[in-house]
Amino acid sequence: MPTVTKKVALAFFLVLAALAPIASSIPFYPDFLGHNDWMKLLSHVSIFGIGALGINLLTGVAGQVSLGHAFFMGLGAYVAVVFGAPPGDLWGLGLPMWIWLPLAGIIPAIVGLLVGPAAVRVRGLYLAFATLGLVFIGEWAWRNLKFVTGGAFSGRKFPKFQWRVWKEEEPVVDFASDGEWLGFEITEEAKIYLLMLGFLVVATVVAKNLQRTRTGRAFQAIRDRDIAAEVMGVDEFRYKLTAFGISSAFAGVAGALFASFVGRQIPETWDLFLSVEFIAIILIGGAGTVSGALMGTAFVIILPRLVQDFTEWLSGVIESGEGTLATVADVVVAISADDGGLINTIPGVGPGLSVFQLNQVLFGLLIILFMIFEPLGLYGIWVRVRNYWKGWPFTY
Amino acid sequence: MTAEVMSGVILGQAEHSQLAGAVVSGLSLGTIYALLAMGFVIIFKATQVVNFAHGALATVGAFITAGVAVELNFPGRFLDVHPLFGWSISVMTALVLSALMGIILERIFLRPMVGEDLFSVAIVTLGMNVILMTIVTDYIGPDPRSMADPWGDAVADLGFVIIAHTEIAQFIVAVALVLLVAAFFRSRTGIAMRATAFDQEAARAQGIKVGAIFAIAWAIGAVLATVGGIFGSVYPRRVGVYSDTALLVFRAFPAIILGGLDSVVGAVIGGLSVGVAEALAGSYLNHPWFGTGFSGIVPYLLMVGVLFIRPYGIFGTEEIRRV
Repeated sequence: MPTVTKKVALAFFLVLAALAPIASSIPFYPDFLGHNDWMKLLSHVSIFGIGALGINLLTGVAGQVSLGHAFFMGLGAYVAVVFGAPPGDLWGLGLPMWIWLPLAGIIPAIVGLLVGPAAVRVRGLYLAFATLGLVFIGEWAWRNLKFVTGGAFSGRKFPKFQWRVWKEEEPVVDFASDGEWLGFEITEEAKIYLLMLGFLVVATVVAKNLQRTRTGRAFQAIRDRDIAAEVMGVDEFRYKLTAFGISSAFAGVAGALFASFVGRQIPETWDLFLSVEFIAIILIGGAGTVSGALMGTAFVIILPRLVQDFTEWLSGVIESGEGTLATVADVVVAISADDGGLINTIPGVGPGLSVFQLNQVLFGLLIILFMIFEPLGLYGIWVRVRNYWKGWPFTY
Repeated sequence: MTAEVMSGVILGQAEHSQLAGAVVSGLSLGTIYALLAMGFVIIFKATQVVNFAHGALATVGAFITAGVAVELNFPGRFLDVHPLFGWSISVMTALVLSALMGIILERIFLRPMVGEDLFSVAIVTLGMNVILMTIVTDYIGPDPRSMADPWGDAVADLGFVIIAHTEIAQFIVAVALVLLVAAFFRSRTGIAMRATAFDQEAARAQGIKVGAIFAIAWAIGAVLATVGGIFGSVYPRRVGVYSDTALLVFRAFPAIILGGLDSVVGAVIGGLSVGVAEALAGSYLNHPWFGTGFSGIVPYLLMVGVLFIRPYGIFGTEEIRRV
């Protein structure tokens, strides 16, 4: 059970997060968070947070390594688009969000339960490979089911975040356009952010509480030693299946939200790299912990943006003038075609990694470094920091 | 599917048997899978590392070959020899470099992980895969790099089937490599490797240099991956090495699973059968109902099917579970 301090800190943090859209009108609040691109970034974090909570339940808590998360995210997205998109050339029923969003969780959960029995038989690494196969089979299906997905490399539009009671013209709550809420001018991006933050809070509460139920404890028992769990009366088959179902539901909802958030998705989105990204998120965050999953998501999604800002700032320093920093930066960053450098800010010209590629390399490097030096991830670091302050001035 | 051409389908004319064409092209694809799978299994057995970066090893290895043969033009710039001989020397040089790469990667990224559980180590190789693929993709640039192999797109007509010269070369090389690996496992070092695979600590207690065994295993794995990558980047399959060369290894994973993660023989048999199954599907299952690219997922369907019946592969050893 959380302590009073923890509750207060959590409430404070939540209020801060909810106030981010009106950052500019609050003193001492970082102004940039309210800008539209940061609102988008934070929405992205919230959505991937839901997905990360799902894979965390399956891989972190129940110990079943799955590379199939991208498949279930894709499935959720396409369920959402079939039920939510307006009828046209491609399949679409034009139903409201309160129908397509839950279905985007329920149907992947059912599919998860259907493929589950096969997955339950397969253990350890063989499971990782089997779920890897699922991603490739899924990609083939998405590319060929043109009437649902729009086909390879073209994709289709996904339903907007608009809250309707049924199919009426004017949505009751429209998250997809700028407007005024409670006297504040608020942009589309900020509205979507608040909605996603709401979903993330719900998902977090569900995931956190689930870990404390009989089911959650059973997951952990199976992870720690499956035979011992069985001996104690934990029905391994049933609980592994449950883990698959719940994780797929989280993935489906995250996939649906992500597709709608981006607006247009191609079938190639749901590839192995996405699954790897989620595995990386929970490992960097700290496998098996809810706060770790969320910290990992924020870290993995926001870091590329920070790297980009940093390289842009460096190019600015180089252009603006002399000094030690400019000289050092000039060696690292290439700002023109004939300029040598490790990082290349002009796309497609000369040697050197683009900022995107640099981020990929950093991503891979982070996975490795965390696995080698801090297997408990950001959560482990946080625990050490917390214990230091708790024990201060003593070091033990 | 850039420039991926099934030789049997494109070249198969009326008098050539479709079945024979599919089987031959399947076997040739299968030998590539077998080489990749064999390297993977050797690394896994000897060092307890599930190497998700095997695709990157193949791509980087093939890229090094292209670099040595084309950009460096070694040994062509010094010697004027028969192209086949010259190219063989280029490939040998590239193989040595690839082996070094394998050893260095193991030493830097995987040695600190010795003794950790399989999954954590597998994740490290996933990270390695991302890094290597990003860098090599950047170096390859927008167009595939040619292997500059001496055979080009020459083909031989055997009457019932047409076969590319590269495929003949590939069969010979693959058989030679399989025999070499078999001989290696009977040598003193090979026996030491088998002992290490059985129990690292016990092997160490017997005076086996486990670290050296790890390095050798990674060198062998990298060399086999490079050979697979080279033959996967020449005429009937692709025009050169490109980032999608790594996909070849992702299709070799089913071959590994089919044979069982820890069986070298299984890797070869699994590779060949997956290759043949894929080629047969590509040749016969072209009804619109199957959509495009169905042959590409046949390996995975096969893998999922086999895992359902035998959850540890056909030749793999069943894990003994203890409390």
